[in-house]
Amino acid sequence: MARISVGKLTATAILAGGLLLAGCDKPDDLKSFATKGPPSAEPTSAPASLPSPEPVIPWLLLTDDNLHDPENPALPLLQEPAEALAVLAPAQEGNFVDWVAALRSGEISPRTNVYPETKIRVIDLDILMTDTAAMPVVRFPHRPHTEWLDCKNCHDKIFVAKRGANPVNMFRILQGDYCGQCHGAVSFPLTQCQRCHSVPREQVLRMVPE
Amino acid sequence: MRLALATIRRLGWRFLPFFLAVLALGFIWPVAAEYGDVVLNHSSDRAGVRPVIFPHWFHRIRFRCKVCHHELGFEMRAGANDVKMSDLAQGKFCGMCHNNEVAWGLENCGLCHSGKQGLAGGIYGGHRTLGPGRW
Ligand code: HEC
Ligand code: HEC
Ligand code: HEC
Ligand code: HEC
Ligand code: HEC
Ligand code: HEC
Repeated sequence: MARISVGKLTATAILAGGLLLAGCDKPDDLKSFATKGPPSAEPTSAPASLPSPEPVIPWLLLTDDNLHDPENPALPLLQEPAEALAVLAPAQEGNFVDWVAALRSGEISPRTNVYPETKIRVIDLDILMTDTAAMPVVRFPHRPHTEWLDCKNCHDKIFVAKRGANPVNMFRILQGDYCGQCHGAVSFPLTQCQRCHSVPREQVLRMVPE
Repeated sequence: MRLALATIRRLGWRFLPFFLAVLALGFIWPVAAEYGDVVLNHSSDRAGVRPVIFPHWFHRIRFRCKVCHHELGFEMRAGANDVKMSDLAQGKFCGMCHNNEVAWGLENCGLCHSGKQGLAGGIYGGHRTLGPGRW
């Protein structure tokens, strides 16, 4: 009986240790303690002598992604995500690319159509969604969306084109409905709260006419 | 499960931490695909070819979403498009572009059919979110 609880304790310790380690996103966190030695002869004033953050490469190799078959003879012909994505405007999650910024700055210029007769529709209309409890208000911007998407991708399949006519809430979004159909799958993930919840409530209050 | 229990019993509980660690790894490290990768596997496994991996990151550098999901009519839902090689050869779905005009042609089987055998169809790489849970 005692053995079991020792085993369980060890297991918990190992798991907790592992989680702690996984929680430190920068290995330098640990190193910086170890390298604190006596003041060296180097000039200490130069900011260059600060430990430079090691470049973190968030993209996995295709052979390591658990998806691609390493036996596939054609695998080396495919492009590595890191090669294409590391040069684009960075973001913290998802593809680790800020696709809106990459498009706006011209780093990428994806085609809008393959048939010449297709109408390209872009509108600039922001919609504030205020039912956000204690979170900042959501600003839904049509412009970056319609640069990527057509109206028909959302209207009226996902959203009725009328302010306030959609019973959107965070639970449904996390289930993959409404905004969650794209955000959390292909567009930036739902953990980036502040990109949607971007307008402080006081600012909205000031905008409302008396 | 029973086998695992029997093994644990035979080796003694001392090794339980090890088993738990392996189990935990299995959860932490299931599939780590690039964000937005879609596996298409309606018929590939059954037909004895590797499942198809469609990389969103690669295509969205070259095309906006509206090209595929509006012009070409791809449903925006993993698994909702019943793609067949015969359709591709007639210029539908991936065949709209992979025709040696817009992009390389259908003879490059291994570039599309690049997944591990037995992968379930669906969207992969969804870091740290629950969505989309509907499918
Ligand atoms: C893709 C955009 C998006 C992201 C990312 C997002 N939200 Fe929301 N959130 C919304 C929308 C839209 C609403 C509904 C607003 C409305 O109906 O007026 C909402 C509503 C809410 C609400 C109000 C209560 C509810 O359940 O609807 C809370 C609280 C909330 N979000 C918290 C969060 C937190 C915390 C995060 C980050 C983990 C987050 N949101 C990320 C879009 C987003
Ligand atoms: C990414 C999804 C998306 C796309 C693409 C999109 N919309 Fe919207 N649209 C919305 C949302 C969300 C709302 C707000 C609905 C709400 O408040 O419940 C909205 C609201 C509207 C409204 C109502 C505004 C009002 O004041 O009542 C109009 C009009 C509209 N959209 C037109 C368009 C047009 C035209 C296009 C194409 C050029 C387009 N939308 C593309 C998501 C989208
Ligand atoms: C049909 C797909 C789709 C839906 C539905 C959708 N989005 Fe987006 N959204 C995109 C795409 C594509 C981008 C471009 C950035 C990216 O892919 O990461 C984007 C970008 C954004 C941005 C970033 C704009 C910037 O300037 O950085 C915000 C904010 C946003 N979406 C909010 C929302 C909210 C809120 C909803 C729900 C009311 C929503 N989106 C629904 C596809 C969608
Ligand atoms: C442009 C990408 C692409 C290329 C190139 C390609 N395929 Fe496919 N193939 C697909 C897709 C997508 C499916 C549907 C996958 C699914 O749902 O299982 C498919 C399905 C299949 C199937 C399943 C049965 C059927 O007929 O649909 C076979 C067999 C197949 N492909 C063989 C091949 C062979 C052999 C080649 C090379 C000559 C090839 N494919 C090249 C994309 C491609
Ligand atoms: C080159 C074509 C192409 C482009 C460009 C493209 N997609 Fe897709 N998309 C697909 C294919 C193929 C699927 C998988 C369909 C299937 O499995 O039947 C898909 C699936 C999806 C899904 C469903 C995921 C799920 O969870 O079910 C979403 C959401 C999506 N795409 C959003 C986008 C967004 C947002 C963009 C633009 C940033 C985009 N796509 C650009 C081809 C494309
Ligand atoms: C809108 C046009 C378009 C559609 C539709 C399309 N592709 Fe592509 N695809 C391209 C282009 C362009 C390239 C790049 C070709 C080149 O580099 O010569 C490409 C490249 C690829 C690559 C190689 C990526 C790499 O790492 O080099 C794969 C895999 C691929 N496509 C799979 C698919 C599959 C599977 C589908 C259908 C589900 C599909 N594509 C539909 C245009 C398209």
